[in-house]
Amino acid sequence: MFPYIPNSLKDEQKMLGRIGIEHVDELFRDIPSEVKLNRRLNLDAPKSELEVTRLMGGLAAQNKNTDQLVCFLGAGAYDHYIPSIIDHLTSRQEFYTSYTPYQPEISQGTLRAIFEYQTMVSNLTGLEIANASLYDQQTAVVEAALMAISAVRKSDTILISKGVHPESRQVLKTYFKYRNLNVVEVDLYDGHTCPNNLRSKLAENVGGVIIQSPNFLGVIEDAKALETVTRESKAKFIMAVDPISLGTLRKPSEIGADIAVGEGQGLGNYMNFGGPYLGFISAKEDLARKMPGRICGQSVDSEGKRAFVLTLQAREQHIRRFKATSNICSNQGLLAVRATIYLSTMGKKGLKEVANQCLSKAHYLQERLLATGKVQKPFNDPFFKEFVITMDKPVAQVNHQLVEKGFLGGYDLSKEYPELGNAMLIAVTEKRTREEMDAFVQALEVIL
Amino acid sequence: MFYDKLIFELSSEDRVAYRLPACDVEEKCMEDILPKHLLSDEEVVMPEVSEIDVIRHYTNLSKLNYGLDGGFYPLGSCTMKYNPKINENMAALPGFKNLHPYQPVDTVQGALAMMYELQGMLAEVSGLAEVTLQPAAGAHGEHTGLLVMKKYHEKRGDLKRTKIIVPDSAHGTNPSSAFVAGFEIVEIESDDHGHIDLEALKAALNDEVAGLMLTNPSTLGLFEKNIKEVADLVHEAGGLLYYDGANMNAIMGKARPGDMGFDVLHYNLHKTFSTPHGGGGPGAGPVGVREDLREFLPVPVVQKQADGTYILNDNRPDSLGKVKGFYGNFGILVRAYTYIKTMGAEGLTRASEMAVLNANYLMACLKDHYYLPIDEVCKHEFVLGGVSKDMAEVSTLDVAKRMLDFNVHPPTVYFPLIIKEAIMIEPTETESLETLDRFVDIMLQIRKEADEQPQLLKSAPHTTNVKRIDEVKAAKDMILKWTK
Repeated sequence: MFPYIPNSLKDEQKMLGRIGIEHVDELFRDIPSEVKLNRRLNLDAPKSELEVTRLMGGLAAQNKNTDQLVCFLGAGAYDHYIPSIIDHLTSRQEFYTSYTPYQPEISQGTLRAIFEYQTMVSNLTGLEIANASLYDQQTAVVEAALMAISAVRKSDTILISKGVHPESRQVLKTYFKYRNLNVVEVDLYDGHTCPNNLRSKLAENVGGVIIQSPNFLGVIEDAKALETVTRESKAKFIMAVDPISLGTLRKPSEIGADIAVGEGQGLGNYMNFGGPYLGFISAKEDLARKMPGRICGQSVDSEGKRAFVLTLQAREQHIRRFKATSNICSNQGLLAVRATIYLSTMGKKGLKEVANQCLSKAHYLQERLLATGKVQKPFNDPFFKEFVITMDKPVAQVNHQLVEKGFLGGYDLSKEYPELGNAMLIAVTEKRTREEMDAFVQALEVIL
Repeated sequence: MFYDKLIFELSSEDRVAYRLPACDVEEKCMEDILPKHLLSDEEVVMPEVSEIDVIRHYTNLSKLNYGLDGGFYPLGSCTMKYNPKINENMAALPGFKNLHPYQPVDTVQGALAMMYELQGMLAEVSGLAEVTLQPAAGAHGEHTGLLVMKKYHEKRGDLKRTKIIVPDSAHGTNPSSAFVAGFEIVEIESDDHGHIDLEALKAALNDEVAGLMLTNPSTLGLFEKNIKEVADLVHEAGGLLYYDGANMNAIMGKARPGDMGFDVLHYNLHKTFSTPHGGGGPGAGPVGVREDLREFLPVPVVQKQADGTYILNDNRPDSLGKVKGFYGNFGILVRAYTYIKTMGAEGLTRASEMAVLNANYLMACLKDHYYLPIDEVCKHEFVLGGVSKDMAEVSTLDVAKRMLDFNVHPPTVYFPLIIKEAIMIEPTETESLETLDRFVDIMLQIRKEADEQPQLLKSAPHTTNVKRIDEVKAAKDMILKWTK
């Protein structure tokens, strides 16, 4: 017997009797014998909860996690503070074991949380509409690019800054290549997207321009300048943004962006070795019918009470099939609920305080590192919580030694940005203390 | 009393639900460091609430939901099986949840070992050679699998294969994913049993067809008996056969897609392997391929080296590229791995046997009372065609809404599209005989009401917090966020 399968052999006999057969095997008669598996699956025998717990604990112990290593690694996944209440609330079975809210009468909890989430994303970006979530920033960039191509007549090309996360650019190239659509990269100059290079690549067939700010190198882009250049064409202006920075930095709406996307992992979600994460997307109202994925809307029930329901479903695959705006079905519902609870907990003040602590600590660490004389800064642009330093030794080797001293060093930029030399991208969140940063500086000084 | 608040409506100025440590370095604010033109002129509107407000609000919201732990959830095609609690605990181990994706590989050997073994276990269950764990969901897996097929034809220089055949009984994601992957879609009609119509297939196959997407057992819950012939036809025409793994819960340890002749498949770990649906994700959609398609899988691939250590290999010249950030929904993979270890070979096979037994039992109990368009042995699910063949007054929607009054989640309705008034029932193996019998009693009572008090069904639900919702108004008003 198996703990997750309640029916006993006695139950089985009763049920077989009702069906009018003698053995379960008869229910598999319809599988032709030449495709039947006539052997046991080559997997382990069943294990008890105690055995599985021991096995998993052993695997987990072979990893060094960020409770054991002080984390200065970011590059799209961040070690931000996660309030305890998030785990407690999202462990409620009504949230995590329920299905997509296709039966709205018994799903008002999820629907209301999605409606709040859409409101929060929209308030952060300043753009009118947001959907119920996408897989991650990388696929959100793709969806935004496809929206732009679909909105701009006769367009087949997206311009994307080399300041956008390298993995976002790679995923975009994969999706576009097989659709016969083009991705053209815009060069960086001194750590930020070069407006002249952007201007030189704008053409009739460009449907959208994508930038990221703060960009992958940590630099806050002069997004307004890039938007102004983009407006010389009919291309849509798309921004990838860090939601933590939006309590303070100019919002995509103030810059004039048409679409904003980003990674919501930092909003109360664990780093989870890269997933599940939370892609968000937000756009101007005129793009509502081109939005991918699920959207929750407010309505009333037959008694006139306020009620919420998935809406504009004619965009979606289960109705429109191949003419849908996207093939997305499952999204990241539970992570969107986590982000909603995070933003409720931190509120307006907390979001600003997190941003200011990241900013203050990142600038403190940069000053201390530069003061050692062992590292240099390759550019002077304004930054938020991440910055680049260069050094004489290869970053991979330095990081290896840092691990031995109890630190997770910064991201090695040598593969994607070889022109920067031995360059390391360092992230500092509100969780880092002065003591940890001083020790990190000391460790780096010894290694270098 | 019905709880009708949004968090914004609880907001009261200067309330907080958090406390951060005091900043222990010189405090800077954006305004001091950054030029003014980079700063926002507007305040962000967010709730100002205390911790107890947040706790009460979301606890109250959760009570407006129906979860699997609260009752029966026979949603066809969705495999709403019990989500074991140990899976949640294992995914929450700091050694898994607190790992950064860019850590040096020698600090994540346990994570990579788990992923490597999971790839192998999923390959074994599917009968295919290699599995990638990257896709984030079923539809994402379909897209990845279709790109593998595209890459295969491209590598052979067979560039005119621009079409994908999809039966009219398929999940909506199939044609949609094929379109996103850059294919033209050719839809073929199913025969009157919902199976592939071999003549229609033959007529559609030619040298422009890249492949056929198929769900087996089909979306009607019936095993495709001619599967070998279908596979031969597709292969003879130079195409590949794609397996939509949504219905894998019917055949684990009984038959394998790879042995049936399928070349590419995706799984839904949130269906077959018990990871929770989360009110709409996150899921995971690993993709398996046959031996000669391995080189096309997305990068990076988890590999085991001669010395027993694991690496993430990016260097695969014929790979289709990257499809997602990092390596997949790792937290979901931990849960699925835990499940497979708990169930073992015998448990997975038993799960499929009991899922099929439960479905056939329900079908036997209901077929004399509702319209059953195709009366033959089913797999893990079956499809009714409404209350009766000729009753126009009471619709499937009415039956589903009435079911809400009995604290049961309704089955999937109006899918597959080829059955009028479809009611698609999938009990899964994790339900007891008593639960099934109670469901039958409810279905029979509703059937009786359909004859005697149809208005009771048409105005249902009666006991839920909100009643039927005006969907037209929602689409027309487009109120998609809260405003003061």
